[in-house]
Amino acid sequence: MLENAYLVPLLPAISFVVILLFGKRVKGGSAVHWVGITAVGVSFVLSLVIAVQWISRTDDAASAADHGTEEVHVEDEGHSEETDTHEEGLGFGSSDLGSGTLLGAAEEDDHGSVVADPVIEQITWLQIGGVEHKAGTYVDGLSAILLVVVSTVALLVHIYSSEYVRGDRRYVHYYAFLSLFTASMLFFVLSSSILQMIVGWELVGVCSFALIGHWWEDGANSNAALKAFLTNRVGDIGLLIGMVTLFFATGTFDIFTINDMIAHGLVRHFLLVVAATCLVAAAMSKSGQFPLHTWLPDAMAGPTPVSALIHAATMVVAGVYMIARLYPVFYEGFAIKTSSINLLALVGGFTALMAAALAFVQWDIKKVLAYSTVSQLGYMVMALGVGAWTAAVFHLFTHALFKAGLFLGAGSVSHSAGHTFDIREMGGLKKHMPTTYRTFVICSLALAGIFPFAGFWSKDEILLGSLEGQQNGYPLMLIFGCAVAAMTAAYMTRVIWYTFHGEFRGELHHHGGGHDPVETHTEEHHAEPHESPKAITIPLIILAAGAVLAGLANLPGPVVEVFGADGFAHRLQTYAEPSNFLGPLGIIHPDPSLVMALVGLALAVGGAVVTYLFFWKNMGPHGLTERNVLARKGRTLLENKYYLDHLYENVIVAFVKWPLAKAAYWFNQNVLDKIVDTAGESARDGGQWVYTHIDQAVVDGAVNGAGTAAGASGEGLRVIQSGKVQGYGALLFGATAVLAIIFMIVI
Amino acid sequence: MLVNQFLLLGAFLFCTGVYGVLARRNAVMVLMSIELMLNAVNINLLTFGYLHNAVSGQVFALFIIAVAAAEVAVGLAIILLIYRNRASINVDELDLMRG
Amino acid sequence: MIAQNIAFGIIATVTAVSAVLMVTTRNVVHAALYLVAVLASLGALYVLLTAEFVATTQFLVYIGAVMVLFLFGVMLTRAPGGETQSLTATSWPVAFGVAAILAGALTWALLDQFGSDELSENPVVFRTADVGDEIFSTYLIAFEAASVLLLAALIGAIVLARKD
Repeated sequence: MLENAYLVPLLPAISFVVILLFGKRVKGGSAVHWVGITAVGVSFVLSLVIAVQWISRTDDAASAADHGTEEVHVEDEGHSEETDTHEEGLGFGSSDLGSGTLLGAAEEDDHGSVVADPVIEQITWLQIGGVEHKAGTYVDGLSAILLVVVSTVALLVHIYSSEYVRGDRRYVHYYAFLSLFTASMLFFVLSSSILQMIVGWELVGVCSFALIGHWWEDGANSNAALKAFLTNRVGDIGLLIGMVTLFFATGTFDIFTINDMIAHGLVRHFLLVVAATCLVAAAMSKSGQFPLHTWLPDAMAGPTPVSALIHAATMVVAGVYMIARLYPVFYEGFAIKTSSINLLALVGGFTALMAAALAFVQWDIKKVLAYSTVSQLGYMVMALGVGAWTAAVFHLFTHALFKAGLFLGAGSVSHSAGHTFDIREMGGLKKHMPTTYRTFVICSLALAGIFPFAGFWSKDEILLGSLEGQQNGYPLMLIFGCAVAAMTAAYMTRVIWYTFHGEFRGELHHHGGGHDPVETHTEEHHAEPHESPKAITIPLIILAAGAVLAGLANLPGPVVEVFGADGFAHRLQTYAEPSNFLGPLGIIHPDPSLVMALVGLALAVGGAVVTYLFFWKNMGPHGLTERNVLARKGRTLLENKYYLDHLYENVIVAFVKWPLAKAAYWFNQNVLDKIVDTAGESARDGGQWVYTHIDQAVVDGAVNGAGTAAGASGEGLRVIQSGKVQGYGALLFGATAVLAIIFMIVI
Repeated sequence: MLVNQFLLLGAFLFCTGVYGVLARRNAVMVLMSIELMLNAVNINLLTFGYLHNAVSGQVFALFIIAVAAAEVAVGLAIILLIYRNRASINVDELDLMRG
Repeated sequence: MIAQNIAFGIIATVTAVSAVLMVTTRNVVHAALYLVAVLASLGALYVLLTAEFVATTQFLVYIGAVMVLFLFGVMLTRAPGGETQSLTATSWPVAFGVAAILAGALTWALLDQFGSDELSENPVVFRTADVGDEIFSTYLIAFEAASVLLLAALIGAIVLARKD
């Protein structure tokens, strides 16, 4: 299966085509979910098979290394050809780097664990200018984990949606895009070249756009979709520049070769810094890092299962995955080993802290979860920034499970409690929805990092990584991480209080302006909130089980020794970590620390207890925001999301538009008039226009800035749009000639 | 013979064509000027084919002639249609796309 | 060699002068005739470049077919008021400027790149058979595409120009 991994994304892709072409013909589309569930179900099984085969492959490599450690090292050159006969399709024969290390079957890292080489299957996709561009699948521990995560969550969301969006008018469309998304994400995960990564990256973006705007009749939803799409474009520029820089630095698009060259120090450091910085910008937009995170909370306008799948568990970790996949670029580019602060860690840490603060003031349960997602993604990026690769991937794994559980839980609550997401209209749901309540609490405990749930283990590793990660440790990141740990526990306690405890405060109305207007829903009204049907609760139970058990994947050594199962420690690190790159880079794995674990746990419990006392026991400074100016201002700042949206819409956009408008106007006055012979009329109008618009607007200041500027730039640029083809032609040829001259001067 | 004497003649023809496309009001004349530009390209192709002993230059020139014929046929049909609708083929009067 | 240079001199002069006249004349039919002159002298130039088949095609297709099309076009679209309107737009200085900049850039680039490189006196002469071989082997797909394009152009022209 490792060689045929392409089947995993292929099945959902086929499902997409089938649903799109034939979906409506089958019972008017009402049975269409079976196509999606079947395809994704098979993909899920195949992903599990891949994971199991990868584990056994690693074990084989390890035992081979145990038996012939000496020979491996002595005969490294010849060894690669003997043992790698099962990798005929590898396609590195033409690589000019044909050193033994490139294809060495197994290498030992500093812990003595052994990781097999990735299984790469490639075909030549394009041949341009003597460079062969290959496309194919790249299976190693990291992609195996992602495959399992993505297909698991996708399968559960497919099942969940069959109840949640039942009867929707665009049911077929919904399932088609859900399948396409699953296919794109799996394709992205399996990419063997960075070109393929870009394709997958954009595909998931398009699916996200389509699904956020699923109910586009509501203007807010389509605006949110647009915002998500446009914000992502900003980062995509970084992605393109970063990938092209990598190509120029290494001469190839191939991920394996790129990583290998960097790990062995064959690439100029300056180019790596440029590439890493640009790629961080890409990760900022896709993975919702400060300051490009603002689209993610708005993306909650989409259907809740979509939020769970795309905007919590899978797509938003694409940025984290990309960093993890191309980790040598960042590790070398930012000198993570020797520095004690760097861009990656700073962005991640700051995002984690800032988003956690925002989660406190949200009244929409999905927005709380969205900011929590931003915060946890920041955690992962921070972990990567401090060199804790395994911890980041581990957290990605656990977070996907419990955050998907939380989102689906929120959907279940809203589905039954009158289609609202406002936690002020909930309350007391504990007794009506016991299953949802239990799973939600379990997932929250996992998120908060309470022992022994999954989040505890992964969060602990991140904190450990920032405590004594690389040579210096990352003290600032440790402070950020600890603060976030406490805050996470606190805001989740708040949500649980508002949602499930106290008295029911909402009214049961089915079309009452909720965020999920399932308009054609034909269920009868219920007298009171009720438990959701099985299609919803079963995925919840499975995810909650994952939230409990996922921590087993990478237990620290001392814990395992207590139970006398030595071989069970650091499984994820053993199987997932690509030691053939990380080994030469000299990544340091800190030893487990009981003190750190206790501190992390104490912080989480402390945060939860304080909030518990505040809400349940009515202790603490209630009404502080009413009495204290400073607290009130802080709250206003948070409620306005640090005025970031304000900054983007009113200041930056206006600022960009003003000079643009002026420049266009100057161009009009000095150049275009002569070209298009419209001098007389527009000059007089223009003078008037300068007076009324520019003068007045400057005086008026930024208040009317955005609107006027939009008009101004349009008005200024309008003159170029004379409609005369020869005017356009003159601009075209003139600009080409001028550019050609510049080009000749420069070259 | 110099390489440049052919290439410069091509460049001159091309620029004359550009001038014609940009300055002529009559749409048929614009099309004719485009033919001038296409032929300038043909000179270059044949010169480089001669220079590098490659037959591809001639092949491409033939393709350009074929494409130019198609272009003229469709272009003139469009011009004819414009003339029927507006009783004029002056390009500077066609500004329906004015912003 | 000298004979070739003299031939080139004559051809180039005729081409350049006809081209300039073509884009400046005040009469559409004259312009079409100048275009014939340009195309014919270019055909001669192609012979000088040992591309006989291209030259033949130039005569057949351009002067034989395309020019007839142009003349039909000119006649079918003659403005009712006759030749009173100027054929050159008032913004011609801009066009001239753009063309001049372009010419400057091209001349500079060419002189910079090729300087006084000589064309070889004994080039490999490709026969028409060679051209045919190339078209029907290496460029077979391009050839098929071109034939489809011509068909599409034929149909398109009929559809557009048809009175209905």
